[in-house]
Amino acid sequence: MSRVGVIGIGHGRFGRRSDATVQELAFEAYRMAMQDAGIQRQDIDASVIGAVPEYHKQRSIAGVIQEYLNLNPAPTWLTEVACASGSAAIRTAWMSIKAGLHDVVVVIGCQKMTELATPEILALMGRVGEVQWESVFGTTFPAYYAMFATAHTKQFGTTHEQMLKVAMKNHYYGAQNPNALFQKEITMEKALASEAVASPFQVYDCCANADGAACVILASEEKAKAMSDKVVWLDGIGCATASMSVLNRPNLVSLPSAADAAKQAYKMAGIKASDVKVAEVHDCFTIAEIMAYEDLGFCKKGDGGKFIDEKQSYIGGSTPVNVDGGLKSKGHPIGATGVSMTYEIISQLRGDSGVRQVPNADIGLTHNVGGIGQYTFVHVYKRD
Amino acid sequence: MFSWFGQVSFVPFSKVMEFARHLKNGRLMGTKCKSCSYTIFPPRADCPECMSGDFEFKEYSGKGKVFTYSTIAAAPTGFEALAPYTVAVVELDEGGRLLAMLGDTLDAATLDIGMDVQVVPRIDEEVPQIKVYYTIEKAGVTWKKAPPHTVD
Repeated sequence: MSRVGVIGIGHGRFGRRSDATVQELAFEAYRMAMQDAGIQRQDIDASVIGAVPEYHKQRSIAGVIQEYLNLNPAPTWLTEVACASGSAAIRTAWMSIKAGLHDVVVVIGCQKMTELATPEILALMGRVGEVQWESVFGTTFPAYYAMFATAHTKQFGTTHEQMLKVAMKNHYYGAQNPNALFQKEITMEKALASEAVASPFQVYDCCANADGAACVILASEEKAKAMSDKVVWLDGIGCATASMSVLNRPNLVSLPSAADAAKQAYKMAGIKASDVKVAEVHDCFTIAEIMAYEDLGFCKKGDGGKFIDEKQSYIGGSTPVNVDGGLKSKGHPIGATGVSMTYEIISQLRGDSGVRQVPNADIGLTHNVGGIGQYTFVHVYKRD
Repeated sequence: MFSWFGQVSFVPFSKVMEFARHLKNGRLMGTKCKSCSYTIFPPRADCPECMSGDFEFKEYSGKGKVFTYSTIAAAPTGFEALAPYTVAVVELDEGGRLLAMLGDTLDAATLDIGMDVQVVPRIDEEVPQIKVYYTIEKAGVTWKKAPPHTVD
C-alpha cells in the first residue's frame, strides 16, 4: 500500500486575534506551510478546511479561504465534527490522496471564536448537548465533562488535584510555546483558588476559546519523496463515534470512540500503544487528558490519575503528552486544534521542537475529540 | 406542544410531543416499540432495534439510581438566575436514563452515584404559559396525577 506523507507545516499564534479575519489567520499558517514545503501554489490539487460554521459571521468559509489563498479553481470543502473538525479535514485529505484523486492537498484548521459577543457564546454553550432532552435542563460543555470526572472519581478514586496536575503540566510546556495563548506556569494553589465552573471543575480545569489557524500539506508517497527530504508519514488513521446523548453511553469513565479509533490506527500503523514516543491529546478539560491516557492504552484503565502523579506524561516519562501546552495552554480555536496537534507531532518527529524536544521521537500520535466523544480521530505518524 | 417541555425550549415539535401532555398530567412516559417491544427513555418515535415507527407511550415509575452529577456555577443563557444548580443523570428502573436538575428534597452535598432517587413530573406555576419538566427528588417522594384518560 502506498503511503501519505506530510511535506509542510505552519502554525499561527493562538489567542484573541482581533487583528485579523479568519481567512487572514488561515493565510498565516498556509504561508508558513508552503515555505516549509518549498512548493508553489500550482503544485496544490485541493484544499480541505476544518472549521465549525456557527462561530463565523461569514458563511461557507471554505470558499472564502480558497479565494484568499488564490487556489481557485482547485476543489475545496469544509469538514465539521465539532472540536475534531481539523482532524476530519486531515482524514478526508488522506482519503482523497489514497483514492488517487489528488496528489498534494493543503489542510487548514481555523477558527475565529472571540468575535462573538458574550451573550452569543453563552447561548451557544447552552446548546452543546442534545437539545431535546438535555439542554432544556441547563447543561453546559464543562458540565458534561464534569459528570465524567464525577464518575471517574467514584469508580477509580481519581482526585481533583490529579486533574489539576494535568493543567499544571500543560501550562509548564505552554510557557515555552510562543504560539500559545497562555504562556505562563500555574501553581496548584492558584488553580484551587480559581472560580467554580461545574463541580468538580474550576476555571483551571477548562481550556479557553481562542482564534487561530494551523496548516499541514499532505502528499502522495511519490510526490512527497520527490518534493521533500523530511517527510513524516501518516501511517495509521482511526475514527469512531459514540452517542451524542450522554444518556446513551455505556459508562461515563471513558470515551469509547477514542478507544475504538486508537485500536484502528494502531492496527493500520502496525504499532502498539507503548511504541508511541510523543502524543497530542484532546485536553479540553483536565479529566479528558486523564481519560485519554487510559483510552489510548498509555496506562491501564483507572490509572490515569497515577500516570500524571508519576509525571509519566512529562518529557522523560513513559509517554510525553501535550508538550506544546495542549488545548489548556495553547487555547482551543476548535477547527484549528486537530491541525495544531499535527503541527506539533510533525515538528517533534523532525526533531525541530527545540527546548521541548522529546528525545528519539520517531512515532507520534494525535487524539482529537469532537464534543464529549461523539467523534474521535486518532492519527499515527512515523518518520523513516 | 413540545415547547411546553423544559426551562428553555429548543425543540417545539417532535413525533413524541404527546410526552409533554402526559407530563402535565403527572405521568412520566417512555416509549415502547409496538413491533419488538423495545422500551426506552427518553421517548423516541423510531425503534433503534427493528426500525419500526409504530410506538406507544409506556408509563414509568420514575424510580432510579444516580448515574453521575455536577453542580453548574457558570450557567448558559436562560439559566442565569438558577445558578448554581445541580444536574444529575438517573438510570431509570424501567430502562434508559434521564438528565434533570435536583429538586428541593435533595441536597447536592449528599448526592452519591448509585443512590436511589425519584423523578417527579412538575408544572411551573409561576409563569402564565404552560411549562412542564421533571426534577430529581429523594426516593419515596410522591406527587399528584390527573385521573386516568384525562386528555388535556
